[in-house]
Amino acid sequence: MQETISFTPQLAASPITGILWLIPTVPIVASGVIVLLKQPKRSTAAALAIGSLGFSLLLALVAFAHVVGAWMHGVAARETVNFTWIQVGTAHVDLGWVLDPLSAVMLVMVALVGLLIFIYSIGYMAHDENFTRFFCFMSLFAGAMLGVAIANSLLLLFMCWELVGLTSYLLIGFWYQKPAAAAAAKKAFLTTRVGDIFFLLGIVWLFAQTGTLLFYNNGGGSMEPLALGGLLAQPAALGLTAAGAIGLLIFAGAAGKSGQLPLHVWLPDAMEGPTPVSALIHAATMVAAGVYLIARVYPLMAAGALTGGTTPALTVVTWVGASTAVFAALIAVAQNDIKRILAYSTISQLGYMMAGLGMGGVAVGMFHLITHAFFKALLFLGAGSVIHGCHEEQDVRRMGGLRADMPLTFATYAIGMLALCGFPLLFSGFWSKDGILEAAEHWSMAKGPFYMLVFGALLTAFYMTRQVGYVFFGHNRGSKDAHESPAVMTLPLVVLAFFAMALGLIGTPAWPWFRAFLDGRAAGFDWHGLAEPGLLALMGTSTVVVFLGLGLGWRLYGDRSPKPKEPDVLEAAAPLPWGWLRDRLYVDELYGVTVIAFYGWWARVADWLDRRVWGGAVSGVAWAFGLWAQLNRFLDNNVVDGSFDKGCDELASGGGLLARVQTGRVQTYLRLLALAVLALALMLIWSSRA
Amino acid sequence: MSLVFYAIAGLTVAGGLAAMLLKNTVHCALALTVAFAGIALLFLELDAQFAGFAQILVYIGAVAVLVVFAILLTRGSETPKGGVFSRNWLTGLAIAAGVFAVLGWAVLGSARALPGPGGTPTAAPTVTVLQIGNALMGRYVLPLEIVALLLTAALIGAVIVAMHEKEGAK
Amino acid sequence: MTPLAGYLLVAALLFSIGLAGALTRRNAILVLIGIELMLNAANLNLIAFWRYGPHPEALTGMMFAIFSIAVAAAEAAVGLGLVIQIHRHAHSTDLDAMNRMKG
Repeated sequence: MQETISFTPQLAASPITGILWLIPTVPIVASGVIVLLKQPKRSTAAALAIGSLGFSLLLALVAFAHVVGAWMHGVAARETVNFTWIQVGTAHVDLGWVLDPLSAVMLVMVALVGLLIFIYSIGYMAHDENFTRFFCFMSLFAGAMLGVAIANSLLLLFMCWELVGLTSYLLIGFWYQKPAAAAAAKKAFLTTRVGDIFFLLGIVWLFAQTGTLLFYNNGGGSMEPLALGGLLAQPAALGLTAAGAIGLLIFAGAAGKSGQLPLHVWLPDAMEGPTPVSALIHAATMVAAGVYLIARVYPLMAAGALTGGTTPALTVVTWVGASTAVFAALIAVAQNDIKRILAYSTISQLGYMMAGLGMGGVAVGMFHLITHAFFKALLFLGAGSVIHGCHEEQDVRRMGGLRADMPLTFATYAIGMLALCGFPLLFSGFWSKDGILEAAEHWSMAKGPFYMLVFGALLTAFYMTRQVGYVFFGHNRGSKDAHESPAVMTLPLVVLAFFAMALGLIGTPAWPWFRAFLDGRAAGFDWHGLAEPGLLALMGTSTVVVFLGLGLGWRLYGDRSPKPKEPDVLEAAAPLPWGWLRDRLYVDELYGVTVIAFYGWWARVADWLDRRVWGGAVSGVAWAFGLWAQLNRFLDNNVVDGSFDKGCDELASGGGLLARVQTGRVQTYLRLLALAVLALALMLIWSSRA
Repeated sequence: MSLVFYAIAGLTVAGGLAAMLLKNTVHCALALTVAFAGIALLFLELDAQFAGFAQILVYIGAVAVLVVFAILLTRGSETPKGGVFSRNWLTGLAIAAGVFAVLGWAVLGSARALPGPGGTPTAAPTVTVLQIGNALMGRYVLPLEIVALLLTAALIGAVIVAMHEKEGAK
Repeated sequence: MTPLAGYLLVAALLFSIGLAGALTRRNAILVLIGIELMLNAANLNLIAFWRYGPHPEALTGMMFAIFSIAVAAAEAAVGLGLVIQIHRHAHSTDLDAMNRMKG
């Protein structure tokens, strides 16, 4: 008898790697327990969710310390635990988890940001009757997301990925009574599904080519040189190698999740969910999962690159990322919903990350991912605090002057906003964005992405200034009694604000700790890293751009209080382009008249076929029988005498004979079934005799 | 063909006949229990102890009790006015008889062609519960999981189907 | 008559009895009982073939029967649940009275 499930760690992993699976499992189990709780058990639910995630954070920190310790001793730590999940004949599907710098960083980020947002949610969701359901979903999400982070198998990653998508769907539609929320949830699910189909195709192809879905397996994994060499030797269509084609398929999945063009349409609508959800899922973690995925399969994406060169897959990633960055930033300028502005800003920043991955490698993209997670979560939570304080008002034109009413929110929001704009030296966003710009400047293929990203930075500073000007300056144009949020909500803001500033320190050119950590090199402290002439010029450029954006924004929107009906300053100046931007460049409408219209048309064709062709055939038969009966009756009445009338009636009902089988009686059906089986059995027996 | 076999077979068939012929539905359910027990005995006679006990546990312990519950819940024990058999029962009986004829003909006709020592009983295979457990957890673990899932789904489904719809519920 | 043929005949008889009951009884519960009898007859076949087949040590027929018993339990639970719901809806378990396909 063959054992189908065996659990054999293939490497003497350290204890912390051995129990790494606990990190995602504990929150998932907690969510399973919460689902059994009754609605009024609010504090139990919150305590379970926060306690389990706190435990995960603790373990994640231990794992992180372990990796850092190994790295300090000059060991490129990558420990894996793999086991066979399914065995069919000689083929087997393996799952496993990995602890390396990349996963350790992601684990700490997800657990920390998640924990802060959980705490914040206690305050934000305090009045919601479905408090327990909320924490159940959130906990499930956190577990699944941590699962994405530790997965050492594309299949395990895909499972957690889908689980994350499911919870995203559930949480966007959390207030399912609102039609907009229900529609947004459906849209998010379906749109990401488009990307996931390609992702799945990529997984299947990769498995067919390499026979394994593990990333790392002592030289036998799909991200290791042996398998990559095989993939490179295999040509696919359009001059791509199999490696490039699979990379592009996986990127399609990542683009769906990370809201890259052209699959970004679901992310702004996803803001219908509760604000903590927007912060955790649609800003900090889940949408970054796509970026993380590309970082995970980076060896595959970069396979075949000559020194200093790039690969077709990475070129596509770069261009899509850069276009998304500019595109979304443009739209963000003309939005009025406080959360939608942030949503488009998220899409734009995800574009930066993708471009950073494409041009600068894993460390550049991941650094921006980490810093962005903190300051964007901060901004979303701040926005939530503002919405909470203004009694569920989301339109920035009906706010104003809140800096006096909500001082703590204002201070933290300002820090988040400056970090997002990339305000020089003090804020983390400056260093991570500069890393991407520097990579873009040195990119050998084209200069286009560099200019696009610089323009995007200008727009970012501009629209954030516009938003802050509307919300916090001028005089209050909405509800008069805006109030500061409770401490349970502001405390996470303060912690996040701290990280939004301090995280920059680990990635400055003078002390590129983060990059060295991810690349497995030693990190040294060197002031001269700052003083390279090229770098100084770049930093100068980006500083000028940021100040230009801030100044322009302040000039147009700072401390003004437009009247409710007054058009936007830019709208007055250029109504036509403004309208395009306000209507989100008509991408939704484009999909409406193409993809969705096609499906609608196809459904109508099917309906027509059903009614006219198939239904027509059936009624045609009935009609023919009827005609035949009429003919008979005519002959009868005229040719034969009335003595045959009864026979004629019998014929007339011939058309309805078949319909009589459908009596609606169960036993008639059963009888026919038994007769049919009998006939089949007889046929079988006879045929075997013959 | 031992006497024991004939006795058990007779009991089983009699139980089955009674279950399908009696007027009172509760009596039918009791007769059904007899038929189930007879089949369990046949399993034991065939050296399939585990299947026999599973049969007793599942059918007599669960299904029969469920049937009795359903009968009592639907007040099905009252004999309906129009008789216990449906209007065209003759057709149904004819079809069943046809099925039996074909089956019996096939069995008797192919008895010689059957594989293995169908005629002479071999030494009883010793099948321990340990072996069955190993097989269930080893080769058959996937079907086992699927059956577990199916049972869960059926349990939930049955509860939902039979649940009272609350008046004025959302 | 060989032992195997004996068991198969008993199974065939039980199957036909069950089928006859399912086809002729008016009470939905008794139709279900008939179906249970048919399933049991099939299980008897499986076990008999396993016992007198060429490879009793492979346990295949036995496993099949065990899984079939488990599936039958699920089927019975759902079926009886449906009967109860139908009774609640139509105040009858008489199949002759139930010939509407909706509502």
